[in-house]
Amino acid sequence: MRLPALLLVLAVACPRLIPAQSSSPLSATTVPTAQLIQPADLAKLLDQPNAPIVLQVGSHVFFNEAHIPNSQYAGPGSQPAGIALLEKTVSALPKDKFLVLYCGCCPWNRCPNVGPAYKRLHDLGFTNVKVVYFASNFGDDWVSKGYPTQK
Amino acid sequence: MPAARLARSLAFTLLACSLLAAQPADPLLHKPAPPFVRTDLNHKPVNISSYRGKVVLLTFWATWCAPCQIEMPHFVDWQTRYGPSGLQIIGVSMDDDSSPVLALTRKRHVNYPVLMGDEQLGEAYGRILGLPVTFLIDRHGNIAAHFKGETKIPVIESAMQRLLRQHIAP
Repeated sequence: MRLPALLLVLAVACPRLIPAQSSSPLSATTVPTAQLIQPADLAKLLDQPNAPIVLQVGSHVFFNEAHIPNSQYAGPGSQPAGIALLEKTVSALPKDKFLVLYCGCCPWNRCPNVGPAYKRLHDLGFTNVKVVYFASNFGDDWVSKGYPTQK
Repeated sequence: MPAARLARSLAFTLLACSLLAAQPADPLLHKPAPPFVRTDLNHKPVNISSYRGKVVLLTFWATWCAPCQIEMPHFVDWQTRYGPSGLQIIGVSMDDDSSPVLALTRKRHVNYPVLMGDEQLGEAYGRILGLPVTFLIDRHGNIAAHFKGETKIPVIESAMQRLLRQHIAP
């Protein structure tokens, strides 16, 4: 089977495997595929000595309910106040620092937060930024899968 | 039945059973809705227990949640159409602050109480860590349905209509 046909079959059969497209210019789908990290891969990194700095760029209420261990709340990327907090949070970090952003408020192609947050870090010159690909949301794709959480 | 066919049937049955077993049961279903008392955006008290006898559609949403914006006009319409039959919609915003919630609910002419959620309320309702989430609570105060994520509007509406047809015996 040729690659485009295979991708089409996969998209129809398993829509969560392939990020959906969206017309919104700063939706999560604007994050380059190469910069995505799967939840399982991030979970393996958390205990490593070179663990990334993990930043939650979504709802503070959700963050208070549960968040990835040692992650920091950096403000919702869809709002100016959130971007300002993100800038402040990373202001002292070297530009090559390994950073991981996540939100998980909504299905991937509906998330309003990670796209703007990723773009801002990119514009600030950060070169090693990944974004966690939550197909459905943080609850289904992280908590329900048994990955560690903190309150 | 030939042995190979029997083995295939058995394998299929085992696979189906294991898939069903892997689906965790929803711990909130068919149990009393977790009680809460909050003040809505109009400073009126909302006590979930006081709606016993009505069908309650409890929806967790946020102003930044795109699928929630699709549901909202339907909920406004349902409150008007089904309110006289005993429907009460309650919105719980998971926004971090109330100002965008007030602005949006006014703009959309929301005709049901909306209150600000928090982590305690989220945890009581099974950890709200993705939106939208909608519960249907029957006239006895028990959770009858739990919809997570984008759900087709007719699916919610028909479940709600079924509950509205059920009446508490006098």
